[in-house]
Amino acid sequence: MGDPSGTGQEGLERARSGSVMTAPEVELWFVGEVLPLESVLTQFLRHNWRDANDIEDLRQEVYVRVCEGAQKQIPAAAKPFVLTIARNLLIDKVRRGHIVPIDAVADVEALNTAIDEPGPERSVMARDELRRLQTAIEKLPPRCRQAVVMGRIEGLTGREIAQRMGISEKTVSEHLSLGMCALADALYGEQARKE
Amino acid sequence: MNEPETALPDAREVRARAADWLQRRTFWNWSEEDERALEAWLAESLSHRVAYWRLRSAWERSEKLTALRGPAFGRQQPPPAPARRFLPMLKMAAAGVALVAVLGAGAAYFHQTPRGQTFSTPIGGREVLTLADGSQVELNTDTMLRTDIGRDRRTVYLEKGEAFFQVVHDEKRPFVVLAGDHRVTDLGTKFSVRRQPGRVEVTLVEGRAQFDSNAPNGKPTVLIPGDILVATAKSTSLTRRPEQELERALSWRQGYIVFDHTTLADAAAQFNRYNTEKIAITDPKVARLTIDGTFPINGVHAFARVTNVVFKLHVERRDGETVLSR
Repeated sequence: MGDPSGTGQEGLERARSGSVMTAPEVELWFVGEVLPLESVLTQFLRHNWRDANDIEDLRQEVYVRVCEGAQKQIPAAAKPFVLTIARNLLIDKVRRGHIVPIDAVADVEALNTAIDEPGPERSVMARDELRRLQTAIEKLPPRCRQAVVMGRIEGLTGREIAQRMGISEKTVSEHLSLGMCALADALYGEQARKE
Repeated sequence: MNEPETALPDAREVRARAADWLQRRTFWNWSEEDERALEAWLAESLSHRVAYWRLRSAWERSEKLTALRGPAFGRQQPPPAPARRFLPMLKMAAAGVALVAVLGAGAAYFHQTPRGQTFSTPIGGREVLTLADGSQVELNTDTMLRTDIGRDRRTVYLEKGEAFFQVVHDEKRPFVVLAGDHRVTDLGTKFSVRRQPGRVEVTLVEGRAQFDSNAPNGKPTVLIPGDILVATAKSTSLTRRPEQELERALSWRQGYIVFDHTTLADAAAQFNRYNTEKIAITDPKVARLTIDGTFPINGVHAFARVTNVVFKLHVERRDGETVLSR
């Protein structure tokens, strides 16, 4: 009885995601439709929000709201849905004055533009994906890069990496975490657009 | 400039924790308890889930990087400076050399399997599945299999073709691959099974597995790393192969075919497994020539060009066939 979570058949059949409360459809939709828009979304946020330090938090907040919406119903078109939520979030923030770069206010009007134009981002995503991944790995700090190459390309386990590099398992974990984040940014982040 | 007091959740913190979960699950011993802890963390908030999904999907897509290690992947050997050995490959690929081979090698598609179902690849296709129990299955060209993953059993029916399995061991739910009358039961394992009409071949890379057959004189056999077992309706033979040979047999996982003193007839047969455009050799003298080298599985034209340069063969394309002759 390897299923103490009590979710029964559904839980057992659940794929690796480990998602618990969300239908797998939401994850599939998020990964397949929303993440490819990340570079567009980030540019949108950056364009309309002055404090660059907030961008990652804002983006995460947009993702959460987007998935909340999708839990009720998966929207037909992802891009206007995502950008509308992003716009509303920025307007909320300005109104509530959480973070008040004054000149952000002036931009609120401008947020109404550029919601619907279709983008070529998907094809951009597919193209040169491998090259972006490599570049991301090459940009990592040397020791971190070494660990990621062993883990991702050579398929070594964490323990094997620690032994070969003669470093602690904790450090290996940190290197691998950093590498995973870098690869995600390479695939979805802003630089994805600039190719 | 000013440190704004923010009511936003700290995305960097969430992301760092998501990355830590993912690397732990990917690279370290992972127990059921760990899985429950991860599920609890994911259940805590949508923010956690979103961050985790993002990293995990990127990590899965970055699987294609493994193609860069080429056919000489050295998992078991202890090479002196592995990272250094592979970085030049990265650079080369950046310069566009290996890139062609890798991208040309045919995309590997990633799936999460939501429930028991059938999967297949066309000629030249390759797919990586993650089953509901976390085990991974890679389908080679022209393959069909059915999965049945339930509370008390994990069964995969290999209808045709070839697949490589990386099984998450679970004593209470043995992982069984059925190929016709033959059965492979994992005992914590990486292995491949290839099914052709009248013939099943099992290659064991890591761990152990038990092979059983319904054939009249079939008897259970425990396989250990390096074993290649070939079963037909009448007989079962077991050989132990050097590691290089295993790597060669499984180089399709990286999108390559590796030839080592391989006759052109065999080489053509291998290409023909992966490509709808077939290679034809009618001259027996040509068929007996041997070749060494590594090609992307869809590298029919590169292969033809090599035979043209090396053996001065005449290459002609007609009716969707590539004909090699003197």
